Amino acid sequence: MADERVVGIDLGTTNSLVAFMQGEKPVVIPGEDGLNLVPSVVALAPARDGGRTPMLVGNAARPTLLEEPERAIYSVKRLMGRGVEDVAEELKFFPFRLADGIQPGEVLRIRLGETEFTPPEISAHILRQLKRNAERYFGAPVTQAVITVPAYFNDAQRQATKDAGRMAGLEVLRLVNEPTAAALAYGLDREKDGIIAVYDFGGGTFDISILKLHEGIFEVVATNGDTHLGGDDIDNLLIAIALDDIAGDAGADLRQQPEAIQAIRKAVIEAKIALSSQSVTWIDVELSQGGRYRRELSREQFEQLIQPVVARTIPSCRDALRDAHLTPGQIDEVVLVGGSTRIPLVQRLVADVFELPSRGKQPRTELNPDEVVALGAAVQANILGGGSKATEDMLLLDVTPLSLGIEALGGVVAKIIQRNSTIPASASESFTTGFDGQTNVAIHVLQGEREMAKDCRSLARFDLKGIPPMSAGLPRIEVKFLIDANGILNVSALEQRSGKQAEVSVKPAYGLTDEQVESMILESFDHAEQDIYLRQLVEARNEADTILSAVEKAPANPAWKLLDEDERAEIASLSAELGVLKQGDDLKALRAGTEALDKATHRFAELMMDAAVSSAIKGQTMQSADDKLGQGPSAPHPIAQAEFIERK
Amino acid sequence: MQIFETVSAPAKCWSCGHEVVDGQPFCGSCGKVQAPRDANYFGIFGLPQKLDLDVLALEKQFYRYSRKLHPDLHARASQQEQEWSLAQASLLNDAYRTLKNPLERTRYLLKLEGVQFEEARGSKVPADLLEEVFELNMQLEELRQHRKMGEDDPQLRRDLEAAKNQFAGQLSLLDEQVRARWSAWDAAWEQNDEAKKTAAKEAMTALLQRRSYLQNLVRDVDETLGGS
Repeated sequence: MADERVVGIDLGTTNSLVAFMQGEKPVVIPGEDGLNLVPSVVALAPARDGGRTPMLVGNAARPTLLEEPERAIYSVKRLMGRGVEDVAEELKFFPFRLADGIQPGEVLRIRLGETEFTPPEISAHILRQLKRNAERYFGAPVTQAVITVPAYFNDAQRQATKDAGRMAGLEVLRLVNEPTAAALAYGLDREKDGIIAVYDFGGGTFDISILKLHEGIFEVVATNGDTHLGGDDIDNLLIAIALDDIAGDAGADLRQQPEAIQAIRKAVIEAKIALSSQSVTWIDVELSQGGRYRRELSREQFEQLIQPVVARTIPSCRDALRDAHLTPGQIDEVVLVGGSTRIPLVQRLVADVFELPSRGKQPRTELNPDEVVALGAAVQANILGGGSKATEDMLLLDVTPLSLGIEALGGVVAKIIQRNSTIPASASESFTTGFDGQTNVAIHVLQGEREMAKDCRSLARFDLKGIPPMSAGLPRIEVKFLIDANGILNVSALEQRSGKQAEVSVKPAYGLTDEQVESMILESFDHAEQDIYLRQLVEARNEADTILSAVEKAPANPAWKLLDEDERAEIASLSAELGVLKQGDDLKALRAGTEALDKATHRFAELMMDAAVSSAIKGQTMQSADDKLGQGPSAPHPIAQAEFIERK
Repeated sequence: MQIFETVSAPAKCWSCGHEVVDGQPFCGSCGKVQAPRDANYFGIFGLPQKLDLDVLALEKQFYRYSRKLHPDLHARASQQEQEWSLAQASLLNDAYRTLKNPLERTRYLLKLEGVQFEEARGSKVPADLLEEVFELNMQLEELRQHRKMGEDDPQLRRDLEAAKNQFAGQLSLLDEQVRARWSAWDAAWEQNDEAKKTAAKEAMTALLQRRSYLQNLVRDVDETLGGS
């Protein structure tokens, strides 16, 4: 393929994957360990004296999570695009260590060890790992990707995901909604037209999307969900019970012991998974103080326990059906996505809501629920990359999950783009001034379904500046709100009377500015590149040593006396300088210093040659002299630098 | 994003030079997306400004145009083409969403014709509804008071439910009445008869104002009943 491959990435709460379209089929790209799933865990490696502390991602980060939980983080997706006032509930159950003094409306900062990171930065490390996995697999650079997000993600959460991609060195060609991506993966056969529902219950989020399939067009007609409902919530329930048990029996309060909580978490997840295939299991944890916690758990007890969590998905399903003007009986297929749909109770509940058994149907589960979103992302990546035989005629028409509005008088929200509108979608609104000579107008944009601004999600405050001074009410500023195909809002404004493009300055709530994102772009060095650098440094030091020792011996040579005072002084000072540079890590300066000394000693070398010229060329033909040219390394570039060619 | 002025001269495709059918957002010959010209929802579909339209045909055309205009299909085109595709696709989506819905279509056409709708919340009570609305508001207030005291009044709820259903019934009746005026407008439009057009316009505007008033009323009752 002449063009660079576009990969599809599922940046999940629990696991992340990268996939691409191999011929007519999407396939997941395994990591170095041969596994498809990269756990969404990031850890700061144990501090080593003086050395850099690399970030560990995936399975490599797991040991740190268990042994030094304060240096590791998981489920960071729950914090993307959120403010400190949103996450109180999460903090009760997740060992997130927030930095001190974060104000409402600010981007969160999380502490790993003694260093602070924003959620997009943590996600960027996961994305970079996936990028590396793909590059290793292809043996070629990967710079463009499609990344999936929960359908119910709001603008800030989407923007944060896009920022993370940029920090990881990926151009995010499209954010695709996870359930829609899953539908694409299932719809590759394209044989059937009809209406499908995608029930996506993952590690941290729940989405329901209803789509109309028509000759390769995947038209989302309604979507709903909860960005804070997932398998994590089931784990947390079980952890709470275990902690209570232990507090009761052993009288030990482990709530403040992150290591113990992580050990219990690991055990309850194992039990949860076991109960999808067995009717009874044990939660079995080795506690650090030599104790042990064991508890029998039957599927029946488990189901009773998690029933309220699972039931929270039902209202979203009903709302989506209502918005689509459909009854459960009109849904032809229900596709299950996300690890939590392996739970038999969840499958029964879905069958029930969509009245499947009475219609002789079953939920669709043929594709691995952990992989189907990444596979669909690969399909979409292929479409965006120009398409192929397998994807021709396929087109995704997605919707915005939440209504967009602006705050009007009295704190009421005036809706300008309704939820479930096909994107890209736009709306224009006129604004004017309230007093004579006013040159600024402030606009507050919100997302959500409620009537009052205080109950909706603040997206951004816009300041329209540079309005020509006129009498109150005379300027007419036409503001265009456009939700692009990623579900992200763009705003532009025009003063109608003067035709002047009004300046719009955006202050995104919970978002990073372009400059901040720029400053957070992960250093483009790969570990391999870092190693090459070290090797080059060693080579250059050798080079410097060679010339320095030659200079050291120079005064003993008769030719030295033929140099003038200035020449000798220059050589002395340059060699002293190079002696210092040799101790440092600056490859460029070291090379420059070596070159300068080489140049300064050029005449000395010539004089030496002249003195010894008599026998130097004897016995050599011109031909053999030619052969020697171009042989061996011509320092100071012992090895070529790794080349990454970027294609646009 | 820019706001573009209407251009009336027949356009030539910027890429292949063939003439582009008036208002069509892409070139019929080479398929390239064209610069946005006119933000009229009827215009992008090449439709006359008439109200009685074939929604199934509209859907087909929407799919066909989506296959030409959607940004996914231009992800690797020039920056300029990407911008045009975004502008044209959003216009197409906005237009389809509006035109496929009979009420939204009517409202949109009336706005094009210069009608300004009152803010629904602040609009005056239609005279013939004064009495009913007054009583309904009293009942709503009573229910809210009961709520505050933590009491329930099943009879009051039933009354409100009944009143709401009665108003909701009027809504669908109004929909029918609006629909019945479409042919009058369409005929006047074809004959270019300004007087008849104005008459049809005014009749539909009045019906729609009344409708949005009732709609708000129904929503208020729903909110109060649902807020338990």
